[in-house]
Amino acid sequence: MAWVATGSFIGSFGAVGLKAGAKRLGRNLKSVYTNWRLAAGVGAYLVSAVFFVFGLRRGELSILYPMVSLGYIWTLFWSRLFFGEPLTRTKFLALGLILSGIAILGLGNQ
Amino acid sequence: MFVTDTLTEVLPDRRRRSVLLVFCCTLFGAAAQVLIKSGANTLGAHLSAAETILAIATNLPLLAGYSLYGVSTILLVLALRHGELSLLYPVIALTYVWVTILSVLIFQESMNALKIAGIAVIIIGVAILGKGDPR
Repeated sequence: MAWVATGSFIGSFGAVGLKAGAKRLGRNLKSVYTNWRLAAGVGAYLVSAVFFVFGLRRGELSILYPMVSLGYIWTLFWSRLFFGEPLTRTKFLALGLILSGIAILGLGNQ
Repeated sequence: MFVTDTLTEVLPDRRRRSVLLVFCCTLFGAAAQVLIKSGANTLGAHLSAAETILAIATNLPLLAGYSLYGVSTILLVLALRHGELSLLYPVIALTYVWVTILSVLIFQESMNALKIAGIAVIIIGVAILGKGDPR
């Protein structure tokens, strides 16, 4: 579970890298592959995938796959922090539900 | 993240096709998870980190799983061209349902009321997040 939790944290920077890179895209293909922010985002996704596989060696898929949704929570905070996107009441509600769901899942796993 | 045209009226048949496409996406996505899990099961837990990364890069079910994951992502992008994210995201949460069913059927993982409740609450949370704020 620690592998997947850490992986979801690293993976959430993948979305940040893609978003930061996407904002700087031109209309030509060269602006895609010379964009270090995009590359860093894809790299973060790859590292998080390795962490997920490390977790799956021993853990149950039915527990670890829903845990990937932890990444949505990190992403909400990075969106607020790096891109100034508003954290609305609806987003807080969704965040609370995802966290409680993971807590209930953890209780059921014992 | 994805560009969708929310201002113009989306044709009903196009919208239906988008929902169908996303539905296929969830099936591919769940199949990808099963392949990734079966690949991960064959990795020795005693290997060092470097050995494990090498083993991951040469593991056929794992690579097939991530390729399928790529296919489902492309399908999702195609679906999002003609459909609204807020309509399609709750459908995407179906992946959790398939993965849970397949985990029990294929890997004989245990299921109880608490686990099902937890997954259901996560699905509702993800669906609300995707639906966004009411306009």
